[in-house]
Amino acid sequence: MADPIFIAVAVLTVGTAIIALEARELIYGAISLAISMLGIAGFFLLLDAPFVAMFQIAVYVGAIAVLIIFAVMLVRTQALFTTKEDKKRKAAGIALMLIIMSSLGALFLASGLSGQFGQFNTSPPIDFTEIGELMLTYYAPALIILGLTLAGSVIAALALARRESITGQEEGEEEEAEQQRHERDS
Amino acid sequence: MSEILDFVIVSMVLVAIGIYGLVVKRNAIRMLFSIEIIANAANLLLVAFSRGLPNAQGQVVALFSIAIAAAEVAVGLGLIIVAYRLYKEIDVAEFRSMRG
Repeated sequence: MADPIFIAVAVLTVGTAIIALEARELIYGAISLAISMLGIAGFFLLLDAPFVAMFQIAVYVGAIAVLIIFAVMLVRTQALFTTKEDKKRKAAGIALMLIIMSSLGALFLASGLSGQFGQFNTSPPIDFTEIGELMLTYYAPALIILGLTLAGSVIAALALARRESITGQEEGEEEEAEQQRHERDS
Repeated sequence: MSEILDFVIVSMVLVAIGIYGLVVKRNAIRMLFSIEIIANAANLLLVAFSRGLPNAQGQVVALFSIAIAAAEVAVGLGLIIVAYRLYKEIDVAEFRSMRG
């Protein structure tokens, strides 16, 4: 049976994941998502993968969560508080979630995962020098492509988020867009 | 002690929560949260099975996956900010110019 530390981390991760989606204020949701990612890092520590856990904390909690919080601050607050949700749609979503959970859960419980293969404490943990070696030998091309992807995505994000023009032209464009929106609404 | 099945079940619950968020929420940033939760569940499975085999390649792929998730969030937030600038709204149902 699962040990108490595992259960505590599982409750923390799943609970904060639910809070991240259901919190009324988006900024609390972002903080809650960061805590959920910390919980995943705790799972990695339980799985004897400290290197991946530290990477998770550095990238997810350190970079992604801060990025999301900044984006939330850039968006006007009024747009964040208006929650337009159907009750029907929400009920359908919860039903879909329960169907996925029960069917996949039945599948996993019926599979052979709980047998001999499932006991992972019999084998020695993976040394992180092995990860470094694999990254620099077998996965070296993938590492290079990953670096290019990251650079490309940073350039793409900069190109997307920059202002259209530095001169006063953008004011007129924004007004025009606003006017078009009103026309569509009416 | 815990076994692999426990981690698989936690991962499955996280995927279900993420799908619920993607289906129900109309706020673009919350949909991004859901995608992040699903990606985290996938990483958890990769590391769990990497420990069970035991094989270091699962952890290497998990590291790549985390890095790609960072890139994806950067582009996704850029898109959300552009959409917000165009529509003054982050509700995906209000993004009407491409509605069929």
